[in-house]
Amino acid sequence: MVSYTVRRLLSLIPVLLGLSLIVFFMIRAIPGDPAQIILGQLATKEAVAELTAQLGLDQPWYIQYFTYLSGLFTGDLGESIKTKTAISEEIWPYLAATLELSFCAIVIAIFFGVNAGIISAWYQNSWFDYIAMVLALIGVSMPIFWLGLMEQWIFAINLDWLPTSGREEVRDPVSAITNIYLIDTLIQGRFDQFIEVSKHLILPSVALATIPMAIIARITRSSMLEVMRSDFIRTARAKGLRMFWVVYKHSLKNAVIPVLTVIGLQTGLLLGGAILTETIFSWPGMGRYIYDAIGARDYPVIQSGILVIAFIFVMINLFVDLLYAAIDPRIKYN
Amino acid sequence: MEVSLNKNPQTPNLPEEDNAVSPWIEAWRSFRRNKLAIIGTCIVLFFIMIAIFAPYIAPSGINEQVMAKRLLPPSSEHWFGTDDFGRDIFSRVLYGARISLWVGFLSVMGSLVVGTLLGILAGYYGRWVDTIISRTFDIMLAFPSILLAIAIVAVLGPSLRNALIAIAIINIPNFGRLIRSKVLSVKQEEYIIAARGIGMKNSRILFKHVLPNSMAPVIVQGTLAIATAIIEAAALSFLGLGAEAPNPEWGKMLSDARPLLTQAPWTMFFPGIAIMLTVLGFNLMGDGLRDALDPRMKN
Repeated sequence: MVSYTVRRLLSLIPVLLGLSLIVFFMIRAIPGDPAQIILGQLATKEAVAELTAQLGLDQPWYIQYFTYLSGLFTGDLGESIKTKTAISEEIWPYLAATLELSFCAIVIAIFFGVNAGIISAWYQNSWFDYIAMVLALIGVSMPIFWLGLMEQWIFAINLDWLPTSGREEVRDPVSAITNIYLIDTLIQGRFDQFIEVSKHLILPSVALATIPMAIIARITRSSMLEVMRSDFIRTARAKGLRMFWVVYKHSLKNAVIPVLTVIGLQTGLLLGGAILTETIFSWPGMGRYIYDAIGARDYPVIQSGILVIAFIFVMINLFVDLLYAAIDPRIKYN
Repeated sequence: MEVSLNKNPQTPNLPEEDNAVSPWIEAWRSFRRNKLAIIGTCIVLFFIMIAIFAPYIAPSGINEQVMAKRLLPPSSEHWFGTDDFGRDIFSRVLYGARISLWVGFLSVMGSLVVGTLLGILAGYYGRWVDTIISRTFDIMLAFPSILLAIAIVAVLGPSLRNALIAIAIINIPNFGRLIRSKVLSVKQEEYIIAARGIGMKNSRILFKHVLPNSMAPVIVQGTLAIATAIIEAAALSFLGLGAEAPNPEWGKMLSDARPLLTQAPWTMFFPGIAIMLTVLGFNLMGDGLRDALDPRMKN
């Protein structure tokens, strides 16, 4: 296990270097003079020259890259052109908002997806099975930006049950401590705000959870069906063990590996989906941060935003890989 | 001692190949039995027909504006209602099928060709060629795909063409990795070793023998990738990074419908349903093809 972990960590080095290279060359791949394009056609020559120097574009590319890389090692993500603030200082509130949203979404997806899959397998070919699997098929094909709009129309505009957008009640803003509002409101004992923040979370997290939920449900069902046909399950049932324990204890434990794989993969992909969800629900997260930066041609922010999300994505995949080794000792990593 | 396998002396022992059915026919029979796959294929064919015959079916032109008929709800005259420019949404959804299917097919063709080529090279030649190509794939797959697409469009500039290029690029590693693993197993087959033994050129072995024998999973992946590509193109257009006005691309139509959510919700219903149905069709068809062509991939 230790040698596998070390090998897996070492294999990250080229991937992370590659990530930094792609993100680094992103700004240099802009057709024409990047500084001129960022500032627009009306910019003065002095302003263009200043920005060129600020971005380090007047130096050879390898020096630029090593400067950029050494900056990354010290946590320097560059400076936003729009706000003139260090990106490392302003990025956390956005990242916290995305992490909160993604966490809620994956919890919803796992809870409903895994249970729907289990019940479908348990009652195979029943009405529940058919309905759940048809819904899962539709869920996989659902454009989340459309689902988000539909949710807004039904639950916020027509039924008026939940807020249309945003992260908090604007008239009673949350005082940020960790910037994860569910935690902040609890720390401060503001349960009214906690409920308000939770209400704001429901629509975007359900929209974001839909595709992973559908995929998790399908994988759980097929994995459970395979395990439930095994001899040891037949033995457990023959011994008179209650079906609930047979399913949730014996079968699930052995069906969990493919489910875990897909959960890991979907957690990473949520970060991509968050960009769309955040745009629809005006959620002030990383997606919104990058989206606004694209509009403002704030390339350092786009670069850093993409790098941070990709880094988290890689780390989640690493975590899932290590988790397999811990859960299933039969897996041989050679 | 002689053992005859022929139980019926009237019919001679036939060589096995004469009874064998081509794997493609076998796959077709299995596909035909899969009801969901047939439904998916029908949905896909339906949208292809719509795309082809849009100019003949659509009651009005793509951008025909009648300002007196702004934001009319669905009626017998305007089946899907009208938008804020008085344009018939039904006609625009029909024309939108052209754009979405075109982007889906073209981007997947691009990633399929490039990915297959790189995958074959990596799998067949191995060593440093494999290392470089596979590591590049790993790095590309380290980005959530839509994020990489956004990054590419942010660099190239927002347009439908650039969105198509971005989608093609982000899907290359999926095809590349798939074909690489297939080539790795195919190249160990005896007929490839024999071909090498008789002095056949590498390029001939690759394109005449390795490629045709690695195509089944690529066809499956290609069908499923069209579904993803259609959603990704719509997502980019929705974010304002793909199709530009007045293009009736479904994602762009949804983006235009956003401010009208309270006033005219029908402007958002139909483009969304069109995206969902098309994607569902390709997903069902892809699942059916997977079960028919490569049952091992089923789970």
